[in-house]
Amino acid sequence: MYRYDAYDHQMLADRVAQFRDQTKRFMDGKLSDTEFLPLRLQNGLYIQRLAPMLRIAVPYGMLSSTQLRKLAYIANHYDKGYAHFTTRQNIQFNWPHLEDVPELLADLAEVEMHAIQTSGNCIRNTTTDQFAGVAVDELEDSRSYCEIIRQWSTFHPEFAYLPRKFKIAVCGTAIDQAATQVHDIGVYLVAGPNADVGFRILAGGGLGRTPVIGQEIFDYVEKKHLLTALEAILRVYNREGRRDNKYKARIKILVKETGVDEFRKKVLQEWELIKDSALALTEEEIQRCQKYFYAPDYKQLSDNPVELANQLQQDLLFADWYQQNVRRHKIKGYSIVTVCFKETGVAPGDVTDRQLEQLADLADQYSFREIRISHQQNIVLADVRQDELYALWKQLKAGAMASNNLGLLTDMICCPGGDFCALANAKSIPIAESIQRQFDNHAELLDIGEVNINISGCMNACGHHHVGNIGILGVDKKGEEYYQISLGGSSKNNASLGKIIGPSFAQEEIPDVIENIVGVYKSNRAKDEKFIDTYNRIGLEPFKEKVYAKVN
Amino acid sequence: MQKLISKDSLMDDRWTILKVATGPEILQAVPGKNLIVPLKFWKQFSEELLDYAGDVAIWLDSDEQAEQIGERLHELPLIALNFPVFSDGRSYSNARELRQRYAYKGEIRAIGDVLRDQLYYMSRCGFDSFDLRQDQDSELCLQAFNDFKTGYQATIAEPVPLFRRR
Ligand code: SF4
Repeated sequence: MYRYDAYDHQMLADRVAQFRDQTKRFMDGKLSDTEFLPLRLQNGLYIQRLAPMLRIAVPYGMLSSTQLRKLAYIANHYDKGYAHFTTRQNIQFNWPHLEDVPELLADLAEVEMHAIQTSGNCIRNTTTDQFAGVAVDELEDSRSYCEIIRQWSTFHPEFAYLPRKFKIAVCGTAIDQAATQVHDIGVYLVAGPNADVGFRILAGGGLGRTPVIGQEIFDYVEKKHLLTALEAILRVYNREGRRDNKYKARIKILVKETGVDEFRKKVLQEWELIKDSALALTEEEIQRCQKYFYAPDYKQLSDNPVELANQLQQDLLFADWYQQNVRRHKIKGYSIVTVCFKETGVAPGDVTDRQLEQLADLADQYSFREIRISHQQNIVLADVRQDELYALWKQLKAGAMASNNLGLLTDMICCPGGDFCALANAKSIPIAESIQRQFDNHAELLDIGEVNINISGCMNACGHHHVGNIGILGVDKKGEEYYQISLGGSSKNNASLGKIIGPSFAQEEIPDVIENIVGVYKSNRAKDEKFIDTYNRIGLEPFKEKVYAKVN
Repeated sequence: MQKLISKDSLMDDRWTILKVATGPEILQAVPGKNLIVPLKFWKQFSEELLDYAGDVAIWLDSDEQAEQIGERLHELPLIALNFPVFSDGRSYSNARELRQRYAYKGEIRAIGDVLRDQLYYMSRCGFDSFDLRQDQDSELCLQAFNDFKTGYQATIAEPVPLFRRR
C-alpha cells in the first residue's frame, strides 16, 4: 500500500498542529461555534446526539496491521472499546472528547492516518472496489489512481468550501463494487481507442433526497488528464453549484438544472485551459504510485489443493462458510476472504478493540499484513493461501468472527441511525436486529440467497437505502418513528434506484413485512433466480398486494 | 489598528471601499479618495468615473464572475473579491480564474468575512492582500500563511504540483 514520504509526513504534522491550535482557540472562546464548525468537520469531528463522533479516513479502504493495532489502541483509549466501519470504507469512533481529539490525531499520524476531509463541504475520501488488485475481472488496479486523487484533493485550497460534500469513486472492474454511478464523480478505467487504458468520467450521481445516476462528462480521457478533468468539473461546480438551499446544493442538482450538455460545455471550457498545464500527470508519477500497489510476494501454487478439498468434505460448517465468504482470486492458489461483521445482536459494522487486534494478527499471519474494509461494512483479507483457509477459519471461529451470512439477507448495510446520529428520523440498528432475529435459520437464508437490505435512519441515506434490493428508510410521522420500504434498488453495474412500495410501517411491523416480501419472491422465482431478477421480471405489484393485503 | 495584511506584513490601506453605490452622485460625497467600487457601478458609470480624481478599482461579489469584467480588466490596479460569509468558497475560484484564465497581474484583495483560518488557502489561490474582519488579530493572522510548508496541488502561489517536485 501507499507509504508516506517526507512531504506527506510534513503535511500531516502541519495539519495536526493547525487543528491543535484551532481547538485551543475554540476552547478559549476565541473562535465561534459557526467558525469552528467547518474546521472540525474537515477534521472528521461531528458533535453528535450523545457525544462527539470522529470519522477517520481509510483511503480506498486499505489498512495495514500496524494501523489496525493503532485503531485498537484508540478504541480502547479514547472510545469505549468499539470502532465502527462505515459504508464508505471509513472508521468512526463515537465517544472521543473534543479536547482529546488533537492528541488522538497525533497518534493516528504516527501510522500515516488522519481524519482529513472525512466530513464537511469538501472533497471526501475516494473509494473503490474492495477487491482492487486481486479481482479476476479487473482492467487495472484502481488504487494508484485513488491515491493520486487523494493527494490532489487533500487540502485543495480552491475546493475547501464547496456548496456541499463531494464524493468520488473509482472503478477498475467489470462488476462495479463501488457504487460508482451514484457518486458526485464516478471514474471508470476503460480501454481507449488505441487499447490504452484511460478514464470514462461521470458526474452528478448521488443518493440522498433526490437519488440520481451520474451522467457522462468525458467518454474517454487519457491517464495524464485524470486530475485536469476532475479539477475542471470541480471548478464549474464550485462557482455555479447552488448555495441558497442545502438540499439543492449537490452537483447532481447543478447538472440537472444546467442540463448535461451545457454543463459538459462549461467543463470542457475550463478543461481546455488547464489540460496541458503542470497539473497533467506525468508517466513517472503514475508509475511512482503504481509501485506501491505491486502484487505482494505470491508463492507459486495451484488452485484447489487436496487439503482444502478434504477439509471441505470433513467439516460442514467450514464448507458453509467457504461457500459464502470465499471468492476467487486472480492468482492461482490464493483466495479472497470476507469476514462478515453482521452477527445478530451487534450493530452492523461494529467491531471491538480486541477484534481489531485479532484481525491485525490474522492479517500478519495469512494476508501480507493488510486488510480492507468493504462497502458492506465487512472486512476483507484479500490474499489468503487456499491451503491455509481452514486454519484461518478456525481462528476466526475462536474469535467469533466466522459468520457465514455474507451476501445473504442478514448481511445488511445499516447507518448508525437514531441511537447515535443527531440527524436521524428513526433508529436503524434495532431494525436490523429485529430482521436478523426473524431470519435466524441458516438453511432458510441460503435458500433465499443473495439479497441486500440497506437501512438509513433519514434522507441523508448513509445506509444507501435507495440501492438496496430492499431499502428501509426511517421517516418521521407526526413525531413517531416510521419506516418506508422500497424495492428493486441495486448498486451494481446496472445501477437502479428502488421504488417505494407504499405507506410506511411501524417498527414492530417490519420483520413481518420483510417476511412477506421474501415470501412473494420465493413463490414467484424461477430456478436459480436472484431476488433482484425476480423483482425486475414481475415488478412491484405482487409485492405490494401481499404486503398491504388485509389481515383477516 | 491596521486590519489589512499581505502575506508577510501589515499594510497601509490607500483604498476606500464603496460597499453600496447606487448612483454617480456618491462620487461627490467622497472626493479625492482611491475607490473600490462595485462591478455593476463601474460598468454603468464608466463615464462619470473617468472624471473622478482618485484611482478606481472594483470589487466582485461571490456570485459575480471574472468574465463579467470585460476588456478593461487590465486597466484595473486592484480587484477585490468579496466573501459574504467565510464559508462561501466561490471567490477562491474567481481569484484563480483571474490569474489563470485572464493572466491578471494587479493586486487581488480579499474583503468581507476574511478570517484567520482561511487565509492560507486564499493565499494559494492568488490573493495578495487581506482586508480582515474587524475582530481579527492581525498579528495572529500573519502566522496563518505558515500553516503548511507546502501543498500537493498546482496553485497560483506554487504552480508546479508536488508530483513534479518530488
Ligand atoms: S442516514 Fe441519517 S440517520 Fe443515518 S447516519 Fe446518515 S444522517 Fe444519520
